[in-house]
This record gives sequence, C-alpha cells and structure tokens, in this order.
Amino acid sequence: MNRPLPRPTAETKPFWEGCANGVLRFQSCALCGTVQRIPRSLCSGCHGDALAWHESSGYGRVLSHTTVHRAPTPAFRDEVPYVIALIDMDEGFRLMANVAGGPAAGIGIGSRVEIGFREVDGTMLPHAQVCP
Amino acid sequence: MHAFITGAFDTEVGELPGSSCMGLHAQAAIGAVADAGLELSDIDGVLCAYSFTEPHLMLASVFCEYMGIHPGYSAAIQAGGASACIMIMQAAALVASGQCEHVLVVTGDNRLTGMSRDGAVAALAEVGHPQFERPFGISVPASYALVARHYMHETGVTSEQLAAIAVEHRRHAGRHPKAHKREPITVDQVLASKTIATPLHMLDCCLISDGGAALVVSSRAAARDCRGAPIEILGAGQGHTHEHIVAAPSLADFGCKASSKAAFERAGVGCADIDVAEIYDSFTITLAVELESIGFFERGEAGAAAERGDLGLGGRLPCNTHGGLLSYGHSGAAGGMFHAVEAVHQLRGRAGARQVDGARLAFVHGDGGILSAHCSLVLGAH
Repeated sequence: MNRPLPRPTAETKPFWEGCANGVLRFQSCALCGTVQRIPRSLCSGCHGDALAWHESSGYGRVLSHTTVHRAPTPAFRDEVPYVIALIDMDEGFRLMANVAGGPAAGIGIGSRVEIGFREVDGTMLPHAQVCP
Repeated sequence: MHAFITGAFDTEVGELPGSSCMGLHAQAAIGAVADAGLELSDIDGVLCAYSFTEPHLMLASVFCEYMGIHPGYSAAIQAGGASACIMIMQAAALVASGQCEHVLVVTGDNRLTGMSRDGAVAALAEVGHPQFERPFGISVPASYALVARHYMHETGVTSEQLAAIAVEHRRHAGRHPKAHKREPITVDQVLASKTIATPLHMLDCCLISDGGAALVVSSRAAARDCRGAPIEILGAGQGHTHEHIVAAPSLADFGCKASSKAAFERAGVGCADIDVAEIYDSFTITLAVELESIGFFERGEAGAAAERGDLGLGGRLPCNTHGGLLSYGHSGAAGGMFHAVEAVHQLRGRAGARQVDGARLAFVHGDGGILSAHCSLVLGAH
C-alpha cells in the first residue's frame, strides 16, 4: 500500500508546482483580501473570482500538534512515531505538515517553524522545521 | 415540531459473528416497527445512512429492496456521526409537513466482524483532505488529538480529567446488559493504555462494534395509532462550520453551539432543564468540548465535572447512560442512533438499572467529521 499523495486539481496545481520548485504559495482574494485556507476557484469570504497566488515567507507558528503512534494505513507504519502539526502561517493561511526530527524536535504550541520540503515517492511535500 | 418517536429498537451490539449490514438493518427495523405497534406496511417513509461493509450509492434503496417494501419516500443521509440526529430531524420534517405518516430511520453496520479493525481505521482516515491532510498520515484520532492538545493547552485540562470521562462511560455501560464493554476501568488504566496519537490513549477512543438501531417517527395524528408512549421531538437544530480540521474556524468552538441553541430555542427550554443527555463521544475530548460549547459546563470544566461524578447516574447531568461510543458500542451511523434510542428508553422509564429518576426531557447530539457537522435534538416524554 502506497502513501496517499496529492493529486493536484486545476485549483491546487499552482500550490503543488510551487512545492516541486521549493516555493510555498498561498491564495488571497484581490477584492476582499481573505486568505484562503485551501486553494479554490472562488473566494470563501466574498465569493468573488479574483483569487491571486502569492509566495509565502515560509514562517509560521504551531497552533496544535500530535505524535501519531497508531498509523492509519500500512503505508505509514514504518514512520511511527511521527508528528503532525497545524501551522498558522504568518500570511494568515493554515497548513498541516509533518515535523522534521519527529517527537525529538520538541515542538510545542506556539513554536516558530519554517516550512521546507521533503520528497516522498517523487512528490515534494511541505515539511516543518522547528526554528532554532 | 408536531413529530413523535413512536418506536425504538437496538439490536445486540459488540462482536456479532454472522451478522451483516443489511441483516442488522432488518433486525433493527422490524424491532422498531413492532415496538410502535405497527406493521411494516404502515411505514411510508424510509431514511438510511451509510455502510462501510456493504457500501452503496443508494443504501436506502438497497434496504427497501432487501425488506421487500415500497415506501412513498426513501433516501439516504450521510453526515458521519451526525447522521442519526439529522435523519431524525429530517423524519420530523417529513411527518410535520404531511408528506409521510410513519418514517422509519434505520442504521446498522457490522464494522467489527465485517472488516478488520485496521480496515475500519483506514476507511475512516479517508475523511482527511486528500491533498492537504492525508499525505501527512492524518487519521480521525490524530485529528481529534490536534483538538485535544490545543484544548488542554488553552484550558489546563489534564489527561487524567479526560480519562475520568472514559471511566464514567464504562461505569454507565456496566449497567447495560447489551453493552460491548462492561468491565470497569480506572483512570490509571486509561493512561496506561496504548498511545494512539498524543494526548489520546486507546481508552480515550470509541469502540468498533457490530450493531444496529432504528426509530419510527410519526405525525401527531398517526402517533395515536401507535402502541407505546410517544416521545415528542420538541426541538432540533444543526450547525456546520467546516469539514476538514485544517479549515476549522476555531479549535475550541464548534457547530454544536449553533445546533444546540436552535434546538433549545425551538423547544423553549435550556441546558438547566435537561434531565438526561446523550451526546456524541467518539473520543473523550469530543464530549468535553461539546459539553462546554453547548453550555452544560463552563470552558475547561467538563473534565473536572467528570472527576466529580457530574456525568454519572445521580449526577448533575447524567450523560450517555448506555455507555456511549466509548463503552456501549460504535457501529457507524448506528453509533449515533444508540444515543437517540437510549434517550427514548430513558424518557419511557424503561432504562432498568440505569434509569434516571423522573427523566422528562432529554438532549441528544451527534457530530460528524472532525467536529464538523452537528445536529442537536430535544426530546420530551409526552
């Protein structure tokens, strides 16, 4: 069983192409300024169709985190224990990512992290690194 | 709301070798219809939910075919753990509007024997966002663990306090002859059970069980033809804020706030009037945030309340008197239906050793996804 990997849609393609090139992108609305949590075709705030892509600084703060000991599928069994974090990025979007170094990285709520990228089965995924 | 629960039935629950999804549906349906003093031919509306072991695009049609019945209305509703309450709310609307007289709401699944425990965990993990959550190994317990870690950080609630919720549920289940897990547990045992996703232990998590449950919802006029004491659906409400945890507007307040407010307003009652509560408890943290978000306890107080015995029989708010998903059983959509069936048992005074004295008003709540979809009901003895 393989790890579930993102299959980009027309709406998310710029995000995943960015990841492949080491760039973290996010969408915000040119009309009302709402930053989108997950890429989409129209603004979740005003429903306008003027969403624009921007480059993120890559920095954010941990909103919450968990260390997973029970893998959801066999594909993750070799990885446990691994850390999943919800990260509020400085630009206002939110990202889920694994944390480099796992539980030993000592992540906490409010920790500063920088998003880098990690290759999994040929796909570059966002990957959080605790800032020193 | 001009709608009454006239029949209720729950099948055996737990490990039921030889059971099937449709077989459990049939058993629950026949039980509920007989409980109402009706014949299957009196049923003119059918609502089903979903199944993991016998999944189908049109589960209600599959059920009607299986039973050989041809109702005037049939549909399936899928909202995870909120399904049962939403089905009841929908059935109430169907009978109140005159479109149906007797609606059968029926759920069941043989999740334990019909698929492996690993299979159930993997199937549930698919509710994660395919691009922005699942690649990182998210599971349902891990999503709730993210809520739990945040909640503990904000409120200072401890793992011991969350464990007290699991302990009380097991105590409740010990009074129910059908419950899947009845042997008492301690806080230490909860904390010593396997870590699933920090801070949640195995005994903070719901069971995986086989089982089925069904209700009959009847119009005011049609309820007079039924045998038992009708239970009135006094209020119902829903709240929806997100599907994926990455998109949740808050990790502390959820749609249960709106759903319970609407249900209470409709019923003309409040938290303090409720005699018994049956609230979705997929994890200990689920119940803690819901009890507080709904307003039964102040923020950060639900764990301490559980430690004090407030959720126990004879406590301030007897909650999940059958043992809930944590100890009675969890069979997919039937898991939420068990809460509703237990409320009916309580309001009819038929809950045996777990009866809440003089229970007249019950609050029932279901949530689906990661605290995503919520539906609340206020039920009253008539």
